[in-house]
Amino acid sequence: MPTWAQFMDALWQGLPLIKPQLQLTLWGIGILLTDFFLEQRHKYWNAIVALIGVAFSGVELWRLRGVEATGFNGSILVDSFFIYFGFLFLAATALVILISVRYLEIEHEHRGEYYALMLFATVGMMFMASGYDLITLFISLETMALSFYILVGFLRQERRSNEGALKYLLLGAFSSGILAYGFSILYGLSGSTNLGDIANALAMRPLNDILVLLAMVTVSAGLFFKIAAVPFHMWAPDVYEGAPTSITAYVSVASKAASFALLMRLFLVPFWPVRANWEMLFGAVALATMTVGNFAALTQTNIKRLLAYSSIAHVGYILLGMVAMNQTGMQGMAFYLFAYAFMTIGAFTVVILLRRKGLIGDELEDMNGLIYRNPGAAILMLIFLLSLAGIPPTAGFMGKWLIFWGLIQTGHYYLAIFAALYILPAVYYYLRIVVHMWMTDVTDPVRPTISPAQWVALAAAVIIVLGAGLYPEPFLKLATYSVILPLAR
Amino acid sequence: MEFYNAHILSVILFTPLAGALLMLLVPRESENAHRWLGNLFGFLGFAVSVPLVWKFDEVADLPAAYRPFHFVEQAAWIPSIGADYRLGIDGISYLLIMLTTLLGAIAILSSWSAIKSRVKEYYILLLLLQVGMLGVFMSLDFFLFYVFWEVMLVPMYFLIGVWGSDRRLYAAIKFFLYTLAGSVLMLLAILSIYFNHAALHGAAGGCVLKTVHEAYTFNIDVLLAVAPSFGTSLQQWLFWGLFFAFAIKVPMFPFHTWLPDAHTEAPTAGSVILAAVLLKMGTYGFLRFSVPMFPNAVTNPKIVAAVITLSIIAIIYGALVCLMQKDMKKLIAYSSVSHMGLVTLGIFVLTPAGIAGSVIQQINHGLSTGMLFMIVGVLYERRHTRLISEYSGISTPMPNFAAVYLIATLSSLGMPVLNGFIGEFVILKGVFEVNKMWAAWGALGIVLGAAYLLWLYQRVMYGPVTNPANEKLPDLNFREMACFLPLIAICFWIGVYPKPFFRVLDAPVKKIVMQVNPDYYNRPVIAQPVLPPPRGEAAPGVAAEGK
Repeated sequence: MPTWAQFMDALWQGLPLIKPQLQLTLWGIGILLTDFFLEQRHKYWNAIVALIGVAFSGVELWRLRGVEATGFNGSILVDSFFIYFGFLFLAATALVILISVRYLEIEHEHRGEYYALMLFATVGMMFMASGYDLITLFISLETMALSFYILVGFLRQERRSNEGALKYLLLGAFSSGILAYGFSILYGLSGSTNLGDIANALAMRPLNDILVLLAMVTVSAGLFFKIAAVPFHMWAPDVYEGAPTSITAYVSVASKAASFALLMRLFLVPFWPVRANWEMLFGAVALATMTVGNFAALTQTNIKRLLAYSSIAHVGYILLGMVAMNQTGMQGMAFYLFAYAFMTIGAFTVVILLRRKGLIGDELEDMNGLIYRNPGAAILMLIFLLSLAGIPPTAGFMGKWLIFWGLIQTGHYYLAIFAALYILPAVYYYLRIVVHMWMTDVTDPVRPTISPAQWVALAAAVIIVLGAGLYPEPFLKLATYSVILPLAR
Repeated sequence: MEFYNAHILSVILFTPLAGALLMLLVPRESENAHRWLGNLFGFLGFAVSVPLVWKFDEVADLPAAYRPFHFVEQAAWIPSIGADYRLGIDGISYLLIMLTTLLGAIAILSSWSAIKSRVKEYYILLLLLQVGMLGVFMSLDFFLFYVFWEVMLVPMYFLIGVWGSDRRLYAAIKFFLYTLAGSVLMLLAILSIYFNHAALHGAAGGCVLKTVHEAYTFNIDVLLAVAPSFGTSLQQWLFWGLFFAFAIKVPMFPFHTWLPDAHTEAPTAGSVILAAVLLKMGTYGFLRFSVPMFPNAVTNPKIVAAVITLSIIAIIYGALVCLMQKDMKKLIAYSSVSHMGLVTLGIFVLTPAGIAGSVIQQINHGLSTGMLFMIVGVLYERRHTRLISEYSGISTPMPNFAAVYLIATLSSLGMPVLNGFIGEFVILKGVFEVNKMWAAWGALGIVLGAAYLLWLYQRVMYGPVTNPANEKLPDLNFREMACFLPLIAICFWIGVYPKPFFRVLDAPVKKIVMQVNPDYYNRPVIAQPVLPPPRGEAAPGVAAEGK
């Protein structure tokens, strides 16, 4: 047993490494407290406080750049991978806060908990990227997931929202159980919860050890649920459709990025010795995910469901980076997640614009003639959709490009061909939205307006989407920071 | 001026873009302002490309081995993957760029009264399309090339989908998906070329992006030099990878089905651009990449047989389908399939005459088919129908139009003194050197071409005016005349004095043939005439022995 003094030492040594998360937690608690004193019409102050919290957390994160250290007896690892993903989570959180304010006012659900829960979810995500210990990782995953269960059901009067939240909770708990089972096998095999120790222990075992395989399959199944990969994708369309649209964007971007960070960390450290086994698994899952996502999206008439299925397809592409499993693949995953965050939030923002009193605005018909009603929104949506489809010069194209390049480098030609051809159905269903926006007569003459906060979010998204497409160099450089052990060695 | 001289290609490339951005700022209600601005920038886009004519004249005779591309501009773009902003042209792309800027300006001019709704977006999209097409012909960086290649799809999609006729949505999405299907395979082929080039230079192992290995490059100059040293089977795979993209664009026979739909449904200017320039991107791709990069593939007898067979099927099938059409625009669309079949036939026989002729024929097809589509557009604007049966005896109310139409028809069917003849003749000469049977099929296609074009002309223009709606059709106005006259002038120019055109092609064509068919230059160009021996001297065989 460590003595009290040793414990305090570890705490003081570790605390600087979790300052970004501490900031978020404190500001989140602060929102919960100040929310009591705010009148209903002043609730937007919660959003401002949350943004300030994100900014402070970002400053702390910025100070940690270049640091490579472990804390709390090796259960926290701060490295460039964490910094990259931390900024990604913070950016996504900030954008979603910006697009939430007016939406929540329209929904009459403007409460402080919403922003507090978002910050707590972000804390969970950051620990998912920086955790280096099974317990830490599991708790952080649950922190994030619990926050999301509540956020998805935040529209209490809405049946769809309740249904989505319940589904998410039940299936999420189920998958967490599977994941925990996998973790317990890992612990049994290695006698340690530290990822590095587990990696060393697994490297000692024979390649096709059934226990290792079992651990690998259960852990990946739990994570496939979180990222909505086939065959664990069933929850995604219902949850996406039911959740508040801003949270739909948040789930599909931030939770996915965090789960991918966890996936990369787990499979590049503890499971790295058995990579030959999971390469096949990931290839098959990626292919199935792209197939199901793309073909199921073809016939959707609800934009949120359509984007849900398309986001499943995107998960397939990102998983291909794991199959390639070289530096380009890792960089491609990081870049893809980055691009995906901005283009998805942008697209959902345009969907949010259509929401007004008496109209949910998430059906394809609600987009009719948007070019006449709000040309700016129609043009922005076009750019986001082209980026999602992977047409240059957009960030989405560069992401796909890096993934394809990784596949070609490692000789996965057939996967590359499939992945490339799956752009075709994707273009088809994205262009269906474009047809409604640009080539259909106006059926609903109300002109959607854009609030200043939404303008900021849209402008940030479009600048990144076009900027990373036209001049990807700085963004590619940034993505190299996410390339972690053991590849960097 | 100094800037212009140093960056002439960039100026040509971005003038339409500047116009499009400027027009974004003008409110959409002022439609006439958009018309004027669109035309101004269309014309400006052509005007800034005109000095290229004499600038290129100075460098046209330099041998390609010395410097294959001229006016090269280079700037670092994405150093971490080795992609640059790199522009440059040789004779082939020079001609296609001039065609693009000219037809772009004319297409914009031709749509003054045809487009009545959403004028602002229309002109912006036409200008953006222009940027994409010019970029494809100018890029000397494979990555940049691909970006432009795909960027161009979006404005064309909107042009068809928004301003097209009844089945426009179907045609637009079909166009987009067909072209994209080829493009994504091309993307993988490009990546493979890129990767294998690096692998040849030992950079494949680490793939460390933080310190980019210099072998990772998309520089087309470099890749053109290195790709021929790839293994034979790799070359064949890569050839097929690129083939689909280009074959769909051309379009070659089984991949042509998007074309009649897209051409028929597109607005007039869209059809003009599609036929005149877009299709050339496919043949340009063959000439720039497929043929010189993979000599082992394009000289493989099976591949050659396959491609030539497809070309011949396209020639004959396209022409036969033309004979059956009831819709004028569809007829001209299918005639494009037939004519472009002749172009691909010329390319893949790999003789200098075949290749040079096919480039000239691309220009000819752009001019004459562009004119034919504008002619249909003129009639459509007046009568709002494209059915042949609705028209007859149009030459009575519209005599000037009849003359223009006749010239366009004759130019398209290959009448001597007009441009089509030059291109077809030179291609057939090139084909004949290799295989007489192929040339015969090609010639049959030309005969059929005369049949359907003249029959169309006869049905539309001659005879009595049977439809009372046609009696009072106004003749061409000044603006429409201004669209046709420059094209007619160039048709005659190529027909009468094609030498300047062939001259700029000499160096690039020789370079391509040297790469894929070097034996061609080793055999005697002209067979020595066998003269009868003078009386009293020995028989020629004996004389030869004596030497």
